[in-house]
Amino acid sequence: MALPSYTETRYRIWHYFYVAICTFVFFFLIAPLFVIFPLSFNAEEFLVFSEGMKRLDPDAFSFRWYHEMVYGTKNPWGLAAKNSFIIAIFATIGSIILGTLAALGLSSRHMPYKGLIMAVLISPMIVPLIISGVAIFFFMAKVGLAATHTGIVLAHIILGTPFVVITVTATLSGFDHSVTRAASSLGSNPVNTFMKITLPLILPGVISGGLFAFVTSFDEVVVVLFLAGLENTTIPVQMWTGLREQLSPTILAVATCLIILSTLILVTAELLRRRSERLRGINR
Amino acid sequence: MSSETKQILTTDGIPLEVSLKKAEKKNKIKAFLLVAPLLLFLFITYVFPIGEMFTRSVDDRMVTNMLPKTFEAMEKWDGKELPPEEVFAGFYSDFKVLVENQTQGKLGQRLNKEKNGFNSIIKKLMRQIKRNKINESQSIKEQIMKVHKRWRDVEYWQAIKRTAPPYTMAKYLKGMDMYFAADGSIAQVDEDRRIHRILWLRTLEIALFVTIFCFLMGYPIAHLLATLPMKYSNLLMICVLLPFWTSLLVRTASWMILLQQQGIVNDFFVMIGLVADDSRPEMMYNKVGTYVAMTQILLPFMVLPLYSVMKTISPSLMRAGKSLGGTPFVAFWKVYFPLTIPGIGAGCLLVFILAIGYYITPALVGGASGTLISNQIAYHMKSTLDWSFASAMGLMLLSGVLVIYWIYNKLVGVDNIKLG
Repeated sequence: MALPSYTETRYRIWHYFYVAICTFVFFFLIAPLFVIFPLSFNAEEFLVFSEGMKRLDPDAFSFRWYHEMVYGTKNPWGLAAKNSFIIAIFATIGSIILGTLAALGLSSRHMPYKGLIMAVLISPMIVPLIISGVAIFFFMAKVGLAATHTGIVLAHIILGTPFVVITVTATLSGFDHSVTRAASSLGSNPVNTFMKITLPLILPGVISGGLFAFVTSFDEVVVVLFLAGLENTTIPVQMWTGLREQLSPTILAVATCLIILSTLILVTAELLRRRSERLRGINR
Repeated sequence: MSSETKQILTTDGIPLEVSLKKAEKKNKIKAFLLVAPLLLFLFITYVFPIGEMFTRSVDDRMVTNMLPKTFEAMEKWDGKELPPEEVFAGFYSDFKVLVENQTQGKLGQRLNKEKNGFNSIIKKLMRQIKRNKINESQSIKEQIMKVHKRWRDVEYWQAIKRTAPPYTMAKYLKGMDMYFAADGSIAQVDEDRRIHRILWLRTLEIALFVTIFCFLMGYPIAHLLATLPMKYSNLLMICVLLPFWTSLLVRTASWMILLQQQGIVNDFFVMIGLVADDSRPEMMYNKVGTYVAMTQILLPFMVLPLYSVMKTISPSLMRAGKSLGGTPFVAFWKVYFPLTIPGIGAGCLLVFILAIGYYITPALVGGASGTLISNQIAYHMKSTLDWSFASAMGLMLLSGVLVIYWIYNKLVGVDNIKLG
């Protein structure tokens, strides 16, 4: 970003102004996440930096709230974490299967009404969650699946498939269909062709769509609030209740764990994206 | 000429054209069968239930089903003076069934919404019937009219008549702070009770400003990310993607900590002397909190489409603009900016669509003055249990969103949504 030496003063000033704005925006984006880390180690019960923390006194920091999170009495987090993982895993599997199949159909050039069908398949991502929540709640209540894991999993499959459809269609857009034709001409049946040729090639797209579906389910609270009973509580629902009633530092301990989880997912997704771009020969 | 050309045949003797069409059709069916499971699943669990919300929002069959004989008799009644004996008799026999099933309370509540004061006279009539005070061999009309003076008031009978149609648009009117007046015309509610219109306007206002803030903040950094060398931009991209992947509730929680009165933002303002320590401004539980938190949460949705468009703009275009005599500002405005308009459209529409239906963040940091229409829908779903009104409001919001979605689809195409 070094400026050439002949730059006029006013452009020089403008340039520094621009860099300052960008720095501010990046700070605005990322800094709020980091405020949670130190506060989750607060030895006191308040959500502000204590005097001791400002002096970096080791006694002002503790694992108290992490201990509380894992071993606390009447602790909802264990059940919530178990439910969240079970629901997210099944929702991801469902989304991947339905979404990948649909994406394969959609990227065929023979697909009729492609635009319209795509618009319907993506709609759960666009329609406000509160409306999806109301509609899905009415449906699940009617078929007797409200307040069950199955109901929540089905709801999250609805919300998760658009991501899989988008990522897999994007991967398939650079897909060379002559490889599958070559496989068929060499005597492979369609299932075998899919497992041995197509799937390995689109796998990065499938996995990154799956990650999106996982995160969507793991983070989803609006629909679960409508559907869940007491025993279906999930981490986001517990956080929602906690944030509404009283902010306890235990929530910050949970939030820190969630940030670490999302960092891991981000790294995986980025590695996959780069690998997929390399494979498809897109050099950026 | 075509009759002279020999038809091309395949080896089976079928004309090539027919054979090709057949293969084409087979491929079409194959492609459709792959999409079918998801499409069917979505239709059953999602699209139809949304359609059902419409039936629920206009459904007004409760009274119609409760008072079948009354409405049958009412068809001959002109609705101007007190109804004839047959209407009273019909009402009496319908009502007796309700009392036997103990469902007259629901009728009272529903009619009370139509005209105040119904609940008590329904209860009074119910007690008279339970005590067998009504003699069926005499005029029912006279006896009912003696139960309470309101039964002699024609307005109450007109109110019952108004509930006769099985469908009503009343919930939609209520969503716009209007109602059906006694004579069936549409009237506005009193000025100080127009809460929904305020909410619609506020939702639009917040969505619009959040979109503008996201654009103003997203454009410079998308430009920086697109023009920096790869190794720096990849690092900075994490600053955009990490919030994108982080739980919404975690991000909202961090804003709640930052914006509280003893929070870091206020500490900072005190430190630089912007505000006095004892007059720290309230930045949460109002519009400010909603704006700040929503802008940060939705910013990645603006940056990613902008970035992907800017990435495709060759830097030599700007150089060409400058070498042709344009100042950097002119070159930017005349060359670079117009090329980024597709990205701007995509980003702004996406952020606006997401902002207009936001629920969680306004509910947590918005307080009373920062809540949006979604919060009102949730309130009616959970607290007042007026599900038909919640459905009506939801569908009004949905129709707005679908219009923007349609524009988005025309301009950008849904398959071009960028995810990370």
